[in-house]
Amino acid sequence: MPQVYKTKKGLDLNLKGKAEKIFIKAELADLYAVKPLDFHLVVPKLEVKEGDVVKAGSVLFHDKGNPAIKFTSPVSGTVTSIIRGERRVIQEVEIKPTPDQKYEKFTKGDPADLDRDTIISNLLSSGLWPAVKQRPYNIIANPSDTPKSIFISAFDTAPLAPDYDFLIQGSEKEFQYGVDALSRLTAGKVHINVSDEYPASSAFSKARNAQVNYFRGPHPAGNVGVQIHRLDPVNKGEVVWCVGPQEVVMIGRLFMNGIYDASKVVVLTGSEVVKARYYKLISGACIRSITDHNVNEGRHRYISGNVLTGTKADPNGYIGYYDSQVTVIPEGFERELLGWAMPGFGKLSFSRTFFSWLTPRREFRVNTNMHGGHRAFVATGIYERVLPMDIYPMQLFKAILIEDIDLMERLGIYEVAEEDFALCEFVCPSKTEIQALVRNGLDMMIKEMS
Amino acid sequence: MNFLRRTIDNIKPHFSKGGKFEKLSATFEAFETFLLVPGKVTQNGSHIRDSFDMKRMMALVVIAMIPALLFGMYNVGHLHFSLSSESKTFWQIFGFGFLKVFPIIVVSYVTGLAIEFTFAQIRGHEVNEGFLVTGMLIPLIVPVNISLWMVAVATAFAVIIGKEVFGGTGMNILNPALTARAFLFFAYPADMTGDKVWISGMNEAGLDTTSGATALGHLLQSVPEKTAFSDVALKLPTDIDAFLGFIPGSIGETSKLAILIGALILIYTGVGSWKIIISTFFGGLVMGWLLNAFSANAYMELPAYKHLLYGGFAFGAVFMATDPVTASQTEKGKWIYGFLTGMLAILIRVLNPAYPEGMMLAILLMNVFAPLIDYYIVEANVKRRLRRLKNESVKLNKQ
Repeated sequence: MPQVYKTKKGLDLNLKGKAEKIFIKAELADLYAVKPLDFHLVVPKLEVKEGDVVKAGSVLFHDKGNPAIKFTSPVSGTVTSIIRGERRVIQEVEIKPTPDQKYEKFTKGDPADLDRDTIISNLLSSGLWPAVKQRPYNIIANPSDTPKSIFISAFDTAPLAPDYDFLIQGSEKEFQYGVDALSRLTAGKVHINVSDEYPASSAFSKARNAQVNYFRGPHPAGNVGVQIHRLDPVNKGEVVWCVGPQEVVMIGRLFMNGIYDASKVVVLTGSEVVKARYYKLISGACIRSITDHNVNEGRHRYISGNVLTGTKADPNGYIGYYDSQVTVIPEGFERELLGWAMPGFGKLSFSRTFFSWLTPRREFRVNTNMHGGHRAFVATGIYERVLPMDIYPMQLFKAILIEDIDLMERLGIYEVAEEDFALCEFVCPSKTEIQALVRNGLDMMIKEMS
Repeated sequence: MNFLRRTIDNIKPHFSKGGKFEKLSATFEAFETFLLVPGKVTQNGSHIRDSFDMKRMMALVVIAMIPALLFGMYNVGHLHFSLSSESKTFWQIFGFGFLKVFPIIVVSYVTGLAIEFTFAQIRGHEVNEGFLVTGMLIPLIVPVNISLWMVAVATAFAVIIGKEVFGGTGMNILNPALTARAFLFFAYPADMTGDKVWISGMNEAGLDTTSGATALGHLLQSVPEKTAFSDVALKLPTDIDAFLGFIPGSIGETSKLAILIGALILIYTGVGSWKIIISTFFGGLVMGWLLNAFSANAYMELPAYKHLLYGGFAFGAVFMATDPVTASQTEKGKWIYGFLTGMLAILIRVLNPAYPEGMMLAILLMNVFAPLIDYYIVEANVKRRLRRLKNESVKLNKQ
């Protein structure tokens, strides 16, 4: 038996609305979009205008800061509109697809025969480069870096998260091709991390040119940040890259077929969904293409991603570039009488201050209510209990609040991303917006270091 | 229900900016959120939030104190009527204690909350819930014969000097309730220690037949008088009385059983740190054993476990040392903090000639040192990180 990396701290949230393991092939959606806001710190420079005809893989915009990083259309069709928000910031580039899909041609071939530069330029021109993210800072990787290792987290412990062992079915070969390509980019290892609690798909456990690691523990054990912290922590000046399993498959298809095929599986979950299923669709599809006639009546929160780290989405909006999950939960405008004083048999809480600890197996239907007002930090020690890292969260938050760059560095800001603190934010009795705070700290570091 | 909601929505405009009672907006907000959980929803980051909030947390600490409070009330009546060997029913005993203790609680809450509301209004903050706990702690750690005006003055001192000058809940260095007690202790020592303060009615009765001194008082007295331990031991309460709480002492501190129930609530719900509670008791035991080893006088000879049963040790360990704001904030630090608190409490008790009790000063002293403990614990984490970086670069140089 290989070594198992165990984590104890954390919390598995048992929510209502788990998806049944059934694939549904979604029809071609009415509209697709690429959203520059999915890519933190990218300043888009458009290369198309409304009315242009594009193929899957045609460049829509590039990053002003690094023009080599391109963002391409997931489908072939017509650019119908470019939606701008405040101060003319581009929010969405919308594309109406044509029934028959045409693809731009890219370099094709076994990654083993290609050199590193060709692989990188192929990823850049196809628009798959943004799938590669880096630690520190949790932003799109810089193609001129050489990472000390590359991490693929092949399981997700977040609430209602997709099962990657199920979702990878049928893409085993492409996944291996993707791993082969990635293994050429690093001097170190490619790590594929799987859960020890159930047998992993052979696509992951038998992958070549990579090291398979087994993890066991509650959420956030599936977070790539936690895994990097255990296996190969990021020191000052070092870079680690990470790629999601579905993106690895897309990279594999790029080298196998020479096209940008943005097909992926998105799981529709949440207590307000009638039939929670796995949908085979194309990246960037509009959310209503899977939620139409499949969501209960009422005022709901649509989330692209999971309930802890996802982005609030418009019901008519689009699935995020990195997301493999759409969650629909009720909004929580309802005001409860003396809610803080009630026994709370049905209230979800990490603390055992509500009587819901009597029913640990219950599935909770949770809404978006804050359950309390914003207060000053009180060092209850509760953050430490949901963060399986050798990092002092409270001290780090305070360092960010006082904008002390040196202290942040000493306390380990290079090792973390905002998502690693999602549970801290969930449990916080002071109702602090911790993920935004950490993101702010990371941005301060980027500014300081550049 | 709906009527309440409508009323609140109707009067709300008066209290918001530009309204008639704009100056009372913090007060309004406090009452409004007390009655109705805010309807605010999440925007970014985590879309769902734990039902646990500051109100729940503070309410739980208050619930954990209720056994000690109820027993304290009963004990006040019990001790009072024991002066005059009249037989009374349970409700007469409890009722007497209730009437003695309840005014102290009211004074403590009214004074403290008035100040809290004023500061929240001046600062434009929401009212923090921290005082819900402090306001209950103060009555539990004073003698029953305390004057109500003293409670008011001490509470005002604790809230203003102990908390608000530092920036309010979460920022204070010293435990506010203990600050109040320390203030009383040094400003009005005659009303805080001695033989007469612990039993209601003791002053008027003027009886010499019953001694109102606490166990620790007897022990302290024995040191200058050079009494043998076996003689002092006769005056001490039995272990079972000390555990159940039928002894003189501050209102809430006497029953170790009630405190134990409170401790179990705090530990089970995760609101109080079990590490601090356990290590404080352990520190007290260790110091007790150390002093036993020397046994230079009767006080030093007191079996270590009895120290935990007497005075405010248990109450302090469970309800005061665990205050998350003033205790050590790192998990490892909590062990050290608790252990030293326990040791110091017994050390001060036994080796200083003036005060019979040491828990208050020990906790206040460790409150001051807690940030230092945390500093070294966090520094060790930083050093681990730097060492890792160094090892990494050594490895690279070798290649």
